[in-house]
Amino acid sequence: MVTQKRPSWLAWFWLLVAFLYLFLPLVAMVWSAVTSPRGFYLDAFTDVIAAPKFAETFLFSLRSAVFTILISALLVVPTTYWVQLRMPRMRPVIEFLTVVPLVIPALLMTFGLIRFFNSVRLPNDILLTNSNEGLYVMLLGAYVIISFPFMYRAVDAGMQAVNIRALTEAAQSLGAGWFTILFRVIFPNLLVAVLNGAFITFAIVLGEFTVSSLLNQPAFSPYMLDLSSRQGDQATALGIISFVLTWACIAAIQRLGRGRARVAAV
Amino acid sequence: MASVTTTATTTGSPTPWVRLRSRLSFDWVGLVPFFAFVAVFLIFPALSIVVRALTDSAGNLTLANIAGLTNPVITLAYQNSLLVSLITAVSGSVLGGLLAWAITLGGLPGWIRSAVLSFSGVGANFAGVPLVFAFVALLGRIGLLNQLLKPTGVSIDPQTFLYGFWGLCIVYTYFQVPLMVLIMVPALEGLRKEWREAAENLGATQTQYWRYVAFPILMPAILGSAALLFANAFSTYVTATALLGAIGQTFAVTIVVANQFRTDTFGDPGLGFALAFSMMVVIGLTIALYTWSRRRAERWTRKVE
Repeated sequence: MVTQKRPSWLAWFWLLVAFLYLFLPLVAMVWSAVTSPRGFYLDAFTDVIAAPKFAETFLFSLRSAVFTILISALLVVPTTYWVQLRMPRMRPVIEFLTVVPLVIPALLMTFGLIRFFNSVRLPNDILLTNSNEGLYVMLLGAYVIISFPFMYRAVDAGMQAVNIRALTEAAQSLGAGWFTILFRVIFPNLLVAVLNGAFITFAIVLGEFTVSSLLNQPAFSPYMLDLSSRQGDQATALGIISFVLTWACIAAIQRLGRGRARVAAV
Repeated sequence: MASVTTTATTTGSPTPWVRLRSRLSFDWVGLVPFFAFVAVFLIFPALSIVVRALTDSAGNLTLANIAGLTNPVITLAYQNSLLVSLITAVSGSVLGGLLAWAITLGGLPGWIRSAVLSFSGVGANFAGVPLVFAFVALLGRIGLLNQLLKPTGVSIDPQTFLYGFWGLCIVYTYFQVPLMVLIMVPALEGLRKEWREAAENLGATQTQYWRYVAFPILMPAILGSAALLFANAFSTYVTATALLGAIGQTFAVTIVVANQFRTDTFGDPGLGFALAFSMMVVIGLTIALYTWSRRRAERWTRKVE
């Protein structure tokens, strides 16, 4: 823009409007968690962190997030690698399948999962929907599907940045098998991309409500809502913690992105 | 197909053995784990909803489930959901679009731009329970706004502005705005300065440039993003149920589906599947609109290139 003579007060005005709308609720949330009739207090935070149910549900969600990330990475990285190397024709199919979870609401996915697993009997007449372990498997399955759009996009972009064909051929000429190539060459080279997908998955799983609540799993977010009817200020404190964690995950992704840009510049 | 085979043989392709080998290649085996996973946890479950929506409990084909959707509770929930989605798609597009414009072309300092983009990454993912807490803390009966307004004697009634139709609109817009920013910033950055210069050289005013050049070019992108926001709001469940709680048990389609799913509120299992199926249709149509307008948006920019 050579002639930048636009009245930028309009830009300031809309920025201010958006700022007020986006920040006032956060300010109010913090305010309501740290004030009481007696004045400033942090009891809501200390009490809720000391509550055994908090540790239980938080660890449950944490563990689920770690499992989700592991399964997701183990499925997405080899598949993306194989498609780019050997079956480029399948790329649109994979791309489509990894976008679908973005538009299918978690509610419908859970609904379908229950219906489907109610009709499938595993050997020994085991029904997944009958046991808590079975429900946990369904929960992880749903989480992994939900993570695919983010994991795939991150890994696919990361893989285009490194020359996987050259890496593969180099490894092969040194006598490496497929397993070695995947786990000792491809995975280490994609660490940043996988971490990128991992952080967003982490944030999503930690805040996830629908699937865990419908499958009766003791996750963090349903606990938060449940708590709000009894201990409003403690629940709000949890909300703040959850927001800060989301923010930390996004910040980590941006930091990673910057790191990669620097490497690329060198 | 036939012509392909003949050209392959006439151009003296490798020996029959090699061709056979490549046709029998086991490359596809590498994709089995991924496809099996997607089939078990995504495709079969989705299909099972569709199948059950169109059959009765004995497995016979029927439209009775779909016909049940005319239940007044369901039509009212649909009306609410569609209206809230429409309103927040518009409000999110307008506010998000203006914010995206302010940080790209509005001449604001660079650090504001990156701060807004960072926040948008968080805000678009900040739906659900904590978001509801934040708005209750702001607009609730003893919320921040009412505390601040106390000296003036004015008070905001949370029953009208928070726990109901307008409350949903206000809260949904919160995650719609950042999403719109994330989608529109690249589109706005795609506007070339040559177009503006050309318009200015021809004597166009600021308004004329936006009215006849920039806006028509951006239109498909805006429409596509609005469609995405619509689908986003339509499928929102957590925020609605956390905000409305016990008083809104039949307010939005997603809440009705979830309740039907938990306790069979209608006493008709087939109806729940028909409802879920109808949601898939609505979302499918919206995504079709999104894909169509995105293709148009791309054609625009490519043509000018």
